[in-house]
Amino acid sequence: MSTSLFMFLLFIAITLGITYWASKRSAGASAYFAAGRQIKGWQNGIAVAGDYMSAASFLGIAGIIAFFGYDGFMYSVGFLVAYLTVLLLIAEPLRNAGKYTMADVLAYRLSPRPVRAMAAVSTLTVSIFYMIAQMVGAGALVALLLKGSGISFGTAVVGVGILMIVYVVFGGMLATTWVQIIKAILLMSGTFLLSILVMAHFHFSLADFFAAIGNVTYHEKGVVVVKDFLQPGLRFKPPYGALDLVSLGLALIFGTAGLPHILVRFYTVPDAKTARNSVVWAMVLIGVFYLLTTFLGFGAATIVGRDYITTHGGTNMSAPLLAQSLAGNIFFAFISAIAFATILAVVAGLTISATTSFAHDFWTNVIHKGVERKPGEEVLVARISAFVVGALSIAIAVALGPTANVAFLVGLAFAVAASANLPVIALSIFWRRFNTAGAVAGLAVGLLASIGLILVSPSLMAIDPPTVVGAARHLIQAKAWFPLENPGLVSIPLGFIGAIVGTLLSNEQTSDDKFNELLVRSNTGLGAEKATAH
Amino acid sequence: MANSTSSVDVVQPKQYKASQSTWNTIARSTEFRDLMATKRAFVVPAVVFFVVYYVALPVSVGYAPQFMSIRIGWVNLAYLFALSQFVVAWIIAGLYVKAANAFDRLSKDIVDRAQLSQGGK
Repeated sequence: MSTSLFMFLLFIAITLGITYWASKRSAGASAYFAAGRQIKGWQNGIAVAGDYMSAASFLGIAGIIAFFGYDGFMYSVGFLVAYLTVLLLIAEPLRNAGKYTMADVLAYRLSPRPVRAMAAVSTLTVSIFYMIAQMVGAGALVALLLKGSGISFGTAVVGVGILMIVYVVFGGMLATTWVQIIKAILLMSGTFLLSILVMAHFHFSLADFFAAIGNVTYHEKGVVVVKDFLQPGLRFKPPYGALDLVSLGLALIFGTAGLPHILVRFYTVPDAKTARNSVVWAMVLIGVFYLLTTFLGFGAATIVGRDYITTHGGTNMSAPLLAQSLAGNIFFAFISAIAFATILAVVAGLTISATTSFAHDFWTNVIHKGVERKPGEEVLVARISAFVVGALSIAIAVALGPTANVAFLVGLAFAVAASANLPVIALSIFWRRFNTAGAVAGLAVGLLASIGLILVSPSLMAIDPPTVVGAARHLIQAKAWFPLENPGLVSIPLGFIGAIVGTLLSNEQTSDDKFNELLVRSNTGLGAEKATAH
Repeated sequence: MANSTSSVDVVQPKQYKASQSTWNTIARSTEFRDLMATKRAFVVPAVVFFVVYYVALPVSVGYAPQFMSIRIGWVNLAYLFALSQFVVAWIIAGLYVKAANAFDRLSKDIVDRAQLSQGGK
């Protein structure tokens, strides 16, 4: 696959060029953390889409639809609808009242140090879990795509990790933004092309296409089965499937608005109106993309088929294999390069949100009480922590190995974001009585509930047959204590209850004045952080 | 009331700074209350509607998969309901942008007045 390798290298060369260009424009905290707040609405919209549509979406959803049909499409719907929460409730207040992180908004009216410390823990947890999932996926994927070129899983993980560190350390938010924009454009073009080729295969007849979806043939335990792939229930089965679907849906629509790498994007634009427009741009792109997963996923199910995908790399290879079977190796290389770009852009976004939170929330505001001891310290700390976060993720991903069962890590990231971050952000913007004890309790309960429930869920607890070996085995060999794969249904209410009970139990006086200030700031944009002038 | 000339901090070239009493005055002004009421009138029903409409999808396909598999044309009820979610999300986003232009006008008045009372920005 030397064509794949060539396209990978081309993408790397272009993005390194951008990083060099951005590095000369990343002096100062606002430039480094928020690209000087000068990103245009449409640019940020494309970057949000690029930050959001991870390998889990592109490869994962295509794969799950190819294997289980309609149930996979449920992810596509949730991923778009989630942006209504962002648009209607979160993006504008956050841009108006914050500086670099979600904790800025909380720190206005609550006691800054405990709240920031807890918010930093939650942000780092979400970012690092999500990142490890992406890195393991990246390593397995790159090793598979470049099979024959001698690149192993370990080399691939280290390579992806070093690139992401270079983007973030040298190029800051500006380079990260442009990597995301280029990736989103590549991903959209690849998806469009692939969809057109799928339709061409069916002679541009939707009737033929859906007729084929109604009769998907594959082998199950050596027996030929024919299934209607448009029928719900092939993945989420009784007795708990329906409940799991609802739980997943809630985590998706409330989790997105609490994902730190999405939230930081709204600080890169000049004002709240631009933040709003960028969400609308993102919703158009994301919506079109997830609609097209119909062609990617069902196309792979009908044209390539489950049997062939299983023996040629598994679910995650559905989209690249579809490209190969429709238009040969060059197109396979192109789609593989897009998958690679997708992973890089997302891990860069995750790294910068993790390092921003560590440097701004934890280092400057918790340890040094909001004072930079010397100019540029915050950016320096961020650059160093990008190294540390990157190295840590590389080490963990290499240790877990290519067969590790990491899909639950993405679910965990969404669950923590929905159960810990969202209740606290929402209550701090909308509830006058809310106080520090409530915020700390909400973050802690949401975080612990999601992690705890996932630990005892079927994702980590199950009894494997002896044929399953190594990292693919479930961590705990026993019957799961909690029946759902997605904890959202229980952990989101627990996060809210934690925040509310914490508030009511403490006798801390909340400042009416400070709530008034936050209310005016978040709703009018008065006193919001300005774009830096050139 | 919103024309408060209460004590203000040193005017900075770029960043707006105000004293606590200024924030309180603005928060209690009729203009600001109007803005909040206008926002609430749109946002609360919109959020309730989209959450209920969305949750109806996993509930219906999860608990009534047979019913949702009823064929309609080339596709089935479940797929049509899923497609409608995209359309509904885009429509709500469009309506919100339209409504938000009105919020912008209301808040611009408040911001202009506040900055004027501080001697320009």
